[in-house]
This record gives sequence, C-alpha cells and structure tokens, in this order.
Amino acid sequence: MNGPKPGLRESALFDRNVIHEIQRAAETGIYDIRGWGAKRALPHFDDLVLLGASMSRYPLEGYREKCTTNVTLGTRFATKPLELKIPITIAGMSFGALSANAKEALGRGATEMGTSTTTGDGGMTPEERGHSQLLVYQYLPSRYGMNPDDLRKADAIEIVLGQGAKPGGGGMLLGQKISDRVAGMRTLPKGIDQRSACRHPDWTGPDDLAIKIEELREITDWEKPIYIKIGASRTYYDVKLAVKAGADVIVLDGMQGGTGATQDVFIEHVGIPTLPALRQAVEALQEMDMHRKVQLIVSGGIRSGADVAKALAMGADAVSIGTAALIALGCNSPKYQADYEKIGSAAGFFDDYQDGRDPAGISTQDPELSARLDPIAGGRKLANYLRVLTLETQTLARACGKSHVHNLEPEDLAALTIEAAAMAKIPLAGTSWIPGM
Amino acid sequence: MNVVDLGAATVRELNAALHAAEDGTWRVLNSRGAHALAVGLNAPVRVEIAGHAGYYCAGMNQLATVMIEGNAGTGLAENMMSGLVRVKGNASQSAGATAHGGLLVIDGDASARCGISMKGIDIVVKGSVGHLSAFMGQAGNLVVCGDAGDALGDSIYEARLFVRGKVASLGADCVEKEMRPEHLAWLAETLEKAEADAQPEEFRRYGSARNLYQFKIDHASSY
Amino acid sequence: MCGIVGLFLKNADYEQELGRLFAPMLETMCGRGPDSAGFAVYNESAPDGAIKVSLQHPDMTYDWAVLVAALESRFGAPVAFSQNSTHALLAVPADEAALRFALAELAPEVTTMSVGRRIQIMKETGTPQEVVARFGVREMTGTHAIGHTRMATESAVSTAGSHPFSTGMDLCLVHNGSLSNHNRLRMNLRREGIEFRTENDTEVAAGYLTWRLRQGLGLQQALEAGLKDLDGFYTFAVGTAEGFAVLRDPIACKPAVMAETDDYVAMASEYRSLAGLPGIESARLWEPEPGVVYSWSHA
Repeated sequence: MNGPKPGLRESALFDRNVIHEIQRAAETGIYDIRGWGAKRALPHFDDLVLLGASMSRYPLEGYREKCTTNVTLGTRFATKPLELKIPITIAGMSFGALSANAKEALGRGATEMGTSTTTGDGGMTPEERGHSQLLVYQYLPSRYGMNPDDLRKADAIEIVLGQGAKPGGGGMLLGQKISDRVAGMRTLPKGIDQRSACRHPDWTGPDDLAIKIEELREITDWEKPIYIKIGASRTYYDVKLAVKAGADVIVLDGMQGGTGATQDVFIEHVGIPTLPALRQAVEALQEMDMHRKVQLIVSGGIRSGADVAKALAMGADAVSIGTAALIALGCNSPKYQADYEKIGSAAGFFDDYQDGRDPAGISTQDPELSARLDPIAGGRKLANYLRVLTLETQTLARACGKSHVHNLEPEDLAALTIEAAAMAKIPLAGTSWIPGM
Repeated sequence: MNVVDLGAATVRELNAALHAAEDGTWRVLNSRGAHALAVGLNAPVRVEIAGHAGYYCAGMNQLATVMIEGNAGTGLAENMMSGLVRVKGNASQSAGATAHGGLLVIDGDASARCGISMKGIDIVVKGSVGHLSAFMGQAGNLVVCGDAGDALGDSIYEARLFVRGKVASLGADCVEKEMRPEHLAWLAETLEKAEADAQPEEFRRYGSARNLYQFKIDHASSY
Repeated sequence: MCGIVGLFLKNADYEQELGRLFAPMLETMCGRGPDSAGFAVYNESAPDGAIKVSLQHPDMTYDWAVLVAALESRFGAPVAFSQNSTHALLAVPADEAALRFALAELAPEVTTMSVGRRIQIMKETGTPQEVVARFGVREMTGTHAIGHTRMATESAVSTAGSHPFSTGMDLCLVHNGSLSNHNRLRMNLRREGIEFRTENDTEVAAGYLTWRLRQGLGLQQALEAGLKDLDGFYTFAVGTAEGFAVLRDPIACKPAVMAETDDYVAMASEYRSLAGLPGIESARLWEPEPGVVYSWSHA
C-alpha cells in the first residue's frame, strides 16, 4: 500500500481506529474490553540511557569480575524473607486469565532461574505450587479461592489494592473463560460474566489495612513477607501509606502493565506511567528512610535487560514481568499468523485475552488451544528469556563499574527527552538540567 | 482448660499456642477489643473469648469452635472454611466475609455487609443485619431473624437469603423467591443448630434473578 | 486515614477526670495514626466579654509576652495567658472578628488553633503518646473532648495538617476517611470568604460546615447538607460548645463505635479505645447508622 491519495486527509482526533471504535460501540452497546496494557507511546525507560565507564569510571570484566544479581525480599518483619537469584520476578496473572499449562510453564521457568511467580485473581493451582519453587499468593478484593491452607503454603502474600492497567478497578473474566475448573475454583456458576469488587470486602483505607496485615501475619505466624501491590496513581502518597500500614515489600505497577481483561478506556486513560511512578516511590521511601528496608518491585513495560538496569538504577530492588513473560511463551508469535487472522487479529497486534481463543494456548481455557503450549518447552523458553534479561542487566551494570546490580544509581543515567527528565528527575543528557528543579 | 489472660500474655502468644494445639479448650480473658484473636485455627480446638473481640476474630477459621461472649469487631470469621463461630453480642461490619463454609451464629445484630462475597458459609443472625448484606454473595446461606437493611443481596450470585422481618430494600438483581419444602426443612435444621427461636414458615426467601450473569445493555443502569 | 475519639460527660462528677479518661482513648489509636495527634477540650467559659484562643508557634522559646502586651494594648484590657508547650492559651476581651484580625496583623507567624468561649485545641506531630505527654492531657478537666490520631494520606505530616480543624467559634471537626471532591469545594468556599491554610481534605469539610452555619443552618442541617455536597468516605466527629455530633457517610466503610452509660457518651474508631472507660462492661454499645446525624448536648 502506498498510502492514501493526495487530497485525502485523516483526522488526528477521529482517525480510523476511533471511527471503528465508535461504530462498534453503536452496534453493540457495550464498552470495548481487551487484555494487554496501555498501547500508546508513553515516556519510558527508552528515554533514558546509562552512562558507561570511560576515563572517570572503570568497567568490570565479564566472567571473571563478578556482577551479582541476588535480591532478598521481605526483610522488614517476616522471619522467612524470599531469596531470589535474579532481580526479576513473574507478576501476578490468574489461572482463569491464563491456562493451567501457561501457569505451569511460568512456574518451571521461574524456578529454573531461582525466582518467584505470583498467583492471580483466581487462587492457587496445584500445578503452580508444584512447579514454582517460590510462589507469591495474591490477596485480592474478590478473594476467589482464598483459603488458609494455600496461604500457609505460599512463600509470600501480596495484598492487591490495584494494578497498573486499572487502578481503582476490579477483576474481570468473561463467561467464555469460566470453565468448569475455573468456576469451581472461584465458586461461580460456569459460563457467566464474572463481576468483581474493586474494594476489599473487610477493610478500606490504610488504617484498617494495618489491622488486616496484622491478621494475615498472625495466621501465618509472622513467617511470610507481606507485599502490597498498587497501580501507579498517587504513588508518592500510596507508597508512604503502604509503609505505614506495615508492608514488607511494595509492588508498583505502571499504566503500561497488562491485564487479562478490562475496559480499553481504563487501560489507556487511568494511571501514570512506570517512569514517574518509580521515581515517586523511591522518593517516598527515601524520605521515610525506608529505601532498601522496604523493598520495591516495579512492573509495567519491562522488556529487556536495559529496562531492568534502568529501573534498578532509579532505585527499584527488583522488577516484575507479565506481558513479556507471556510473549516469551509464544504470545503474538508470527507462527500463529493464520490463526490470528481467523479471529480478526494479527501477530503483533493480538490483545483479545478476554475472548479466550488465544492461538498460542496461553490466555485461554479451551483444552485444544491450551494443549498447544507444552509447559516444559514453555518453561525452558521463559528460563532462557530470564537468563538473557539477567545477562543484559549484568553487562550494562559491569559497563557502569558495578559489582552488584543494586549499586546502579540514578547518577548512572541521563535523559533524552524533557518529559523523561522531568518524570524521572534525571538530567537531560549533556546538561545538568531537570525541568521543574 | 487453658486460660490466657491478655492483660499479661500477648495475642501472638495466644495464637501461637492455638496453632500448636490439636485439641483442647482455651478461655481468653481481658480481650478488650484486641484484633486477630484466634485467627487461622486449623484443628478442632475450642476457644471462649470472655469479653469483646476486635477485628477479624476467628479469621480463616478451619475446624475450630470459637465463642465470643461480648461483641465482635469488623470481619468476624472472615474467610472461614469450616467449624463454628458464635458471638453472644453484636457483630460489626463484614461478618462472615468471603467465607467458604462452617456456621456463624450472631445472637445479636450484625451491621453492614454481613456475608459480603460469601462463598459457602451458613450465617444465622438472630437480630438484624445492616445495609449491603450478602453483597455479591456467591454461595451459602444467610438467615436473618430480624430485619435487613438497604440493598440486601446487591449483585448477588447463588447465595440464598432468608429474612423473617422487614427488608429495607433489595439490591441489584436480588428478588424474592418461592419457599419450597426443601427450604423449610433446611431452615428448620439450621435454626435448631443455631439455637434460634424462630419458625421456618415465618421467613421469606431471596436470591438472584440472574439477569446480570451476562452483560446486556438493557441492564446497564444496574451496574 | 486515622483514628478518632470523643468523650462527652453526662455526669459532672467526672469533669475533674476528663483528661485521665480521654488520654488512653487517644493513645490506643496510635496504630491508626502514628504521624500526629490533636484534641479539643471544652472546659471553663472565658470571662464575660472575652473569648478563649489557642495559638501555636513551633519554637518553644517564642516570646508570647510581646503578643500578649500588644493585644492588651489593642483591646485596652488585661489578657489572661498561659503556655502549654508549643501552644499559648489566651482569654482576650474582644469579639471573634476583631481578634482574628488583630492576630493576623500582630503575629502572622503564629497559628490560630481554636477560638471560642470554651474550646481549646492543641495538636502536634508525634505519636499520640508523645502528644498526650507533651500537653499533659491526663491532668486536663472539662465537660467533653474530641480527638484525632493521624496517618497522613495526601497532604503533609505537619502540625497544621493535623486535626481537629476549627471552623468557627467553639466548633471543630475530626475526620476518619478520605474525601474525593475537596479541591473544587475549597476553591468555591474561598470565594465565599472561608480561609484555608493546608491542602488537607478535612480542613475543607470544616470550612464547609462553617459556611453552612454562617448561612444560618443549625449543626444538624449543616451536616445533612454535607451528605449531599461532600463526596468520599468519612466518619466525622464534630465538637460544639455544649456537646458533640457524629456522622458517617452513606457507604459507611470507615468504622465507628459508640458507648453510652448514665455517666458518659463515648465514640471511637475501634472498641479498643473505649475498653478502659468506667462501666464499659455494662455500657450500651452500638454503631452509628450511615447517613444519620447523632448529637448530644448539655444545653
């Protein structure tokens, strides 16, 4: 295609995508629901660069000179903190949104690399607990499948206030994915459209959350780290309150973070990007003298070791991957192009997790489709990807002269755009200028 | 009989002892509204709280019997799996929240959100319940001998509600339903277990109209 | 997010012990509010023609004598004065408007915490235990008191951001919860002549009540108007010259417990705060219904 004829002018406001959406809304009378995270271009880690060593700083040799990557999470109050070999964890994704094979693959891959996976808004499956050496158990407003036996089996508990795709929203799973097994785990009738609460049923606000945390610690004899997960919004205040409420670890998910299903307007228009949220979170922790004492895991658009290194340089203790992990398993792979076209999508564009017809067998409950994902092969792929992320992070950290990835600091960064400089409070490259400071 | 005086011992010490036990009876003195009492129990022990309990008393209870002689704060028996919890006085908000099983008996009143998101528990309230009770109730039974506040059973799934007194208003998709012999039989048995002085015939049944199970534009105002 | 407490004595025999009963109520709410604490005590009336004012300056060596002399000179009569830590309690022979004007002119560096015939508000950063010790709350006497322990949500941890917020003569407000439309309300109330010193949502609620009262509404009507105009989650406790009022928003997610005996009415965010009150074992205990104004008065 050579583009439209001269004289044809597309509106920036009402472009073909917007026209399509308005007409779809007029047809169906329901908002557009999809999976994935914010797709529009946002200031991100790509707008930052690392300052490698030259004359004033000296790099470390690969192999011989170690750059260690281990992280300990949950040192504040728990008697059994988590020891991770790499600073990358797998984010919470539900069985229900994902197939059982996908959850197993994630567990296998994470375990091979010495890191953790996280359950989602549907409870803990035996597959995931069996294959995941370190499993974080999410505690959500819906409490689907929540039970003390699984709580005791978990390695950490993640109280979910919200996620980056929809801060202020609840879970969502449409009828086509509420299979017998999913329905049983969630105590729902099969095939219905699941409605989920957006607030917890028995506490609202950090003052009552502090008491809920006390309860969870008492149930688990104070052994397990308590994480609090927040979608990026008023992050500075949220992080301070999470610390005051008693969190051991804070999980911060920027607006680029993915979801299994929610309204498109929610994904694209609510929440702030990972970059400014991360800066706010670290600032809040530093003001309370809690940086590195309450650990910070950040998610929402982590794709490569460059993203990992920059997030750590800005002060995160670890990062979490969701969308990237699914892509590693095969989501949006070109080899399924024919299948994507059959369901009205294309490789590289597919985000209809809510439909449950994923050709890659990941975000589906259909047994035939799920069978396409071999959990063992998938686990190996995830492990490979995690290995690459770690090696890339180490390479960049060594180039900055760091023997541990946590020694990356904001001063190792420069910004390429004014927005990124302002949001990350990192000077524009070649200058000492930070807008607003 | 083990006696624990919370004037001298800590809540941690109490819960640790209860977690280590396989049976036996505990009497807890000077509770004075302390939180997280007798939480996460996982054996057929018996706990008597000789006073008022704070938040989340008997939270995630499994197999145990917990009796509270005073009142209970927010989240009494939240997420209970099995066993028996009974409070002689009143229960605050979200009593029996998200619980999967067992029997919760409230001799007095329960305030708002009694049985919120219930997933299989049986709750018997001899007094009245506050607004938004059985909100998003998925499974289990809520029996109210007194009155129910506004928005009873809002957004309800498959939980069954029985109310003897007045219902201030019904929530989205919650409707009155026919009382059949099996309901009366179940009520008779349950009221007896709860030592409730009421007759099954005095109750009306409420439950889901199931109109919100699949999103339809005509019901958009219910959301 | 916070803890709130209130104690209203029905039996005058307990007035000498108000502080001794009230202090533990405040201290028990430390977990809900470790950042700062404040309280309003209602005791002896100011002499006829005079009003009580509670002022604060962060520097304990601030020379209050200069201000006292200036006020005496301005109003041509003696000013009673005592200092309590960072606060100064004065009884000034003036009316509210003249006094506020004079203070703004003579000592803009000083913060006015409360103005009224009987009210005294004191608040500072620190845990409730620290605040109680600092001001000697246990020794205080009076007919009623309301208090607050703060876990700052969106505005800074500061003395100014602490509750109670005083809105007018003898009136004050404490709040547990989080409002969602206070920024626009603040702007509108400023146009109506209400002054604000912080970004705090509670200060807006307090200013809103003042505005309603200035329009001639009674406290009950003002609070009921608030149910429509204030959006968000709240349990309010309001102190007045002769009593106090409690109101929860219609959704009522934030807690509130009440206790009543022949000797007192008490209110707290958690029962634990009430557990030490005399006769609590046989007190009538209940939770306020959402959207209903409860009030008690000596008048």
